Amino acid sequence: MSMLVLENVHTHYGKIEALHGVSVEVNKGEIVSLIGANGAGKTTLLMTVCGMPQASSGRIFLEDRDITNEPTAQIMRSGLAIVPEGRRIFSGLTVEENLHMGGFFNNKTEIRKSQAHVYELFPRLKEREHQRAGTMSGGEQQMLAIGRALMSRPNMIILDEPSLGLAPLIIKQIFEIIGQLRDEGITVFLVEQNAHQALHLADRGYVLETGKIRLHDTGQNLLANPDVQNAYLGG
Amino acid sequence: MAANNYRHALFCAIVTLIISFPILGFNLEAKGVNIELTGAKTSTIVAVILAAVAVFVFQAYRDSFMGLLGKLPKLNPLADKEPMEQSKRVKLESWVLTGIVVLALFWPFVVSRGSVDLATLVLIYIMLALGLNVVVGLAGLLDLGYVAFYAVGAYTFALLSQYTGISFWMALPIGALLAGLTGMILGFPVLRLRGDYLAIVTLGFGEIIRILLNNWTTLTGGPNGIGGIPEPTLFGMEFGRRIKEEGNTSFHETFGIAYSGEHKVIFLYLIALVLAVITALIIRRFMRMPVGRAWEALREDEIAARSLGLSRTAVKLSAFTIGAFFAGFAGTVFASKQGFISPESFVFLESAIILAIVVLGGMGSQLGVILAAIAVTILPELAREFSEYRMLIFGAAMVLMMVWRPQGLLPMRRIHITLNKQG
Repeated sequence: MSMLVLENVHTHYGKIEALHGVSVEVNKGEIVSLIGANGAGKTTLLMTVCGMPQASSGRIFLEDRDITNEPTAQIMRSGLAIVPEGRRIFSGLTVEENLHMGGFFNNKTEIRKSQAHVYELFPRLKEREHQRAGTMSGGEQQMLAIGRALMSRPNMIILDEPSLGLAPLIIKQIFEIIGQLRDEGITVFLVEQNAHQALHLADRGYVLETGKIRLHDTGQNLLANPDVQNAYLGG
Repeated sequence: MAANNYRHALFCAIVTLIISFPILGFNLEAKGVNIELTGAKTSTIVAVILAAVAVFVFQAYRDSFMGLLGKLPKLNPLADKEPMEQSKRVKLESWVLTGIVVLALFWPFVVSRGSVDLATLVLIYIMLALGLNVVVGLAGLLDLGYVAFYAVGAYTFALLSQYTGISFWMALPIGALLAGLTGMILGFPVLRLRGDYLAIVTLGFGEIIRILLNNWTTLTGGPNGIGGIPEPTLFGMEFGRRIKEEGNTSFHETFGIAYSGEHKVIFLYLIALVLAVITALIIRRFMRMPVGRAWEALREDEIAARSLGLSRTAVKLSAFTIGAFFAGFAGTVFASKQGFISPESFVFLESAIILAIVVLGGMGSQLGVILAAIAVTILPELAREFSEYRMLIFGAAMVLMMVWRPQGLLPMRRIHITLNKQG
């Protein structure tokens, strides 16, 4: 039943330990949110799942397969997709080409199918199909980044701060889409600073503090938790 | 503001004087066994002072001069035009390229032998630049040791012909493959480096190969080089006056025409032309294949590309290997054209010139790179009358070019790839 399991994962950057034994479990079909302050190690945790850097100890399982020591390229080709922090679209390529890069290892029929699906989710991208991606607005770029990740038809999608630097209206739209993805059966692991919305949407949530999991509960309970309210929801 | 300007201009003028006066203001004259230092002619000194004044004026009114320079692009008739539609542009580009190739086919029969020889060299540079364009322009890997693979190709042919008597046509694929293999082996440990670090390591590798060739005297002949490299044959027909290898016939006897030294030169030119066209076509093909997009994706954003499951090493290595392969191609042709090679032909300056061609042409653009290769090879030849000043003129032309069109002669316009909608 579990999609992604981290067991007591430690990660080092050189000699500095960034994650001090983190255990997280994401079940199939769930939305799980990870919240935490700047520098808590949220992005490090995601990058460790992707194998760059690799965990220095502990184990990571993706659909019961041990991926701890697998190279990034192999992990990213096994049903996992990530929307990296800061979008990181290919700004010189067109929207369509960006999407095709996302389906790099799929055949043409599959690409065409997933492309149609992405355009259904984000009609805006269809309008901009032949525009250079770098000339689009931040919100559109975020949609493209999500769309690109969906092109490989993943079972699980990891989103790193999808709301970063976006207007509230766009954020709402993005979160709606994330909910829709879950309804389609895609497991979602969401990392956010925007704790309120992230927990609201999530089935379960984890709170990461200086490289350790502090709290772990359902989204609703965490929202109601006074500590969480004080630290992350602005009291 | 103005006072500051003049102070700066004065400073520049004084620097000019300090640099040029000791160099130009004195003459060393041999008097018997001794060398005597004498003052230069008055005219030289006047010229030095005039130069300093010119620097002063330019620096003082620099802004207005640069403003004028900024207006220059308007002289370009295409500057204000809307970029053409893709289908039209692709068509036009292929027409232009076909035109160039057709012209190039007939051209050697009407010009002098020297020009054909120079044109062969241009074609070799085109091959080199097209190869480096893959590495630098498309994959974004700054390779300063590209000449190493050129050397591997050339030396493969030279050594094989010396020790086994191999022909040009056999050596061509072997040289290219060996160069590609060298690229792969050298590339493997260094490609995790990025940007400046990669540049320095490749620079080092380029030097290692050259020094190896220079010092491995027993195999490569060291600085004496290798001579007697055979010329290509046409279906067993040799182009020399006398047949060198048994079993071969000679070109002029077979066709019953008088012997002429020009046949050989033209034949070599045509071979280089065919190979350059093949190089361009193959690389064009690569650019439109998924691997071409992978190069560009990795250049644009390495993390994003890796997050999509692209293997950084595989993608970079493919670019590096393909670039090296075509350098080997060019090297084999070069060895055959010269008939003699030595490590001196493969110094760092060659790498720098090839890189300059790629940058001048507009990174990633094939047509631009071809035009730049022609310009960079021919310009120093045209400026030959200026003898020792020709490199100065060449340098000035490059500086002007970079100020005027920093994006290169014909910057790359990406070809958008769309899946055909039906089916």
